[in-house]
Amino acid sequence: MSALHGRGLTVSLGGREVLHGIDLDVPAGRWTCVVGPNGAGKSTLLKALAGLLPFAGQVQWLGARLDTLGRRERARQLSWLGQGEAASLDLRVLDVVMLGRLPHQDWLAAPSPVDHAMVKAALEATQAWDWRERSLGELSGGERQRVLLARAMAGNAPIMLMDEPLANLDPPHQVDWLEQVQCLKAQGTTVVSVLHEIGMALHADDVVVMNQGRVVHHGPCTDQATRQAIETVFDRRIRIHALEGQWVVLPRTA
Amino acid sequence: MSSRLVMLWALVLLCIGGAGVLLGTAVGSQGWQVWWGATQDPVMQQILWDIRLPRSLGAWLGGALLGLAGAVAQGLFRNPLADPYLLGSASGASLGVSLYLSLFGGSVLASAWLPRLGMTGAAFVGAVLAVVLTLMLARGVQQTLRLLLAGVVVGVVLGALASLVALFEPQVLQAMQGFMLGSTAFVGWTSCGLMALALLLSLALAWALARVLDALTLGEATAQSLGMPLRLARLLLVAALSMATAAAVAQMGLIAFVGLAAPHAVRSLLRCTHAGVLLLSALMGGALLLLADVLARALLAPQDLPVGVLTAVLGGVYLLWRMKSTSGVRA
Repeated sequence: MSALHGRGLTVSLGGREVLHGIDLDVPAGRWTCVVGPNGAGKSTLLKALAGLLPFAGQVQWLGARLDTLGRRERARQLSWLGQGEAASLDLRVLDVVMLGRLPHQDWLAAPSPVDHAMVKAALEATQAWDWRERSLGELSGGERQRVLLARAMAGNAPIMLMDEPLANLDPPHQVDWLEQVQCLKAQGTTVVSVLHEIGMALHADDVVVMNQGRVVHHGPCTDQATRQAIETVFDRRIRIHALEGQWVVLPRTA
Repeated sequence: MSSRLVMLWALVLLCIGGAGVLLGTAVGSQGWQVWWGATQDPVMQQILWDIRLPRSLGAWLGGALLGLAGAVAQGLFRNPLADPYLLGSASGASLGVSLYLSLFGGSVLASAWLPRLGMTGAAFVGAVLAVVLTLMLARGVQQTLRLLLAGVVVGVVLGALASLVALFEPQVLQAMQGFMLGSTAFVGWTSCGLMALALLLSLALAWALARVLDALTLGEATAQSLGMPLRLARLLLVAALSMATAAAVAQMGLIAFVGLAAPHAVRSLLRCTHAGVLLLSALMGGALLLLADVLARALLAPQDLPVGVLTAVLGGVYLLWRMKSTSGVRA
């Protein structure tokens, strides 16, 4: 069964059509990466699939039509990690991550022991537990990103969408993030992420290649055609090479 | 833990407020003697019960309303410079009051329930319209500069309209003059009752939606993804913000900066979620305005300096200091 299913997804922003009738099936329990040049519509596609902006067409989550799901039901099924979150930096780390438990809490009810346990587990997974009493403003960009990732993980949703989660992360923490995604996958979570780091994206199970508001290719990373589609969409300015069983991306200079 | 710290600060601010009310009753002729004399002398009793006590309590209530309105505005619009004054809602409220006065007569000194309630209602409608107008002009809340510019434009235009309405009605003009400067001199028990009711309602409403404000700190998309009922919450929070602003403005006129400064002062004391920020901002606003009022009455005694003038000056200095201490305004 596909975790996310979109048919004829069309999105207009500011009177301009930016997604042109996209059909997409994201398989459950796998990690799918969306790549493409700037302005290809990657983030917009992710938001449309998450039901976070108005669209024409149809979206299903785990077989259920999005418009049949209530607000809370949606929040429990899909966790969203956006770009440039955190407008205010006043909240404590612990309070921020506890926000991830909102879909599981009754209105005005205090957090349950389960909530506290999930928050602790998420903070420990992203190695951010030590900062729990600090405010977001006291953390560096990369540290903040790890707290926000913990926030998204605390909800324990079966589907997780992340828009450029590696922004601000240094290489060691990018590797940590990779391990966290593998961990989420092992728990059965479906992960979809927009990534600019092609080398990292090729660690995913599947890649969706986008250009100018359309999906130009969707296939497993192990497939030669997928890697070719990526090279093509970036005007053949990059080359993908195999090295020690992984893929590395090198610039192709004129 | 943070919630214990919130309660501790709440207690401290309440004590400051209580001490301020006591102090407020002693500023003016006779000083503390009004307390000793109140049991025997009917004049002293009148000074204490009919003038000083409601005025001091009113200053605290009005400040609490403005502090709460500021905290709601800053959380809702995710903008540390949002406040009832800068968003134009205070001017909208004053336009509502002047229209009410010119249509139905009466005076800002009226102490009967019905005209007070009418004035507060008119101020509420004006405040809501002003916020909506500001948001329309700013096309949302994303851009700090647009929001502030729109707020200034709406504030100036509605303020001018309020003056224009007053100009056509000489008796309204006179009443409005003290009102435009912002003063606690008109506050009686009726006003106190209305403000206390508005404070309870708007605080309860805002407090029930505190988690939405917390979620909004992570951005609109994330708050929506967490299942927050954003549209309804926004509507109710604008209502709470407008109710708090209107109730304060209808009793005391335009008092600047308390709404802006109270939440900032709270955040400089401690970091907590919005449930704490809202409660403490109200208590902080009450303490700030009450102390400013005591100062305003004591500075030029026996002359009465309108407290609005004093908060404007103090607020201006505070903003300058903030401009110097932060390199830029976070959007």
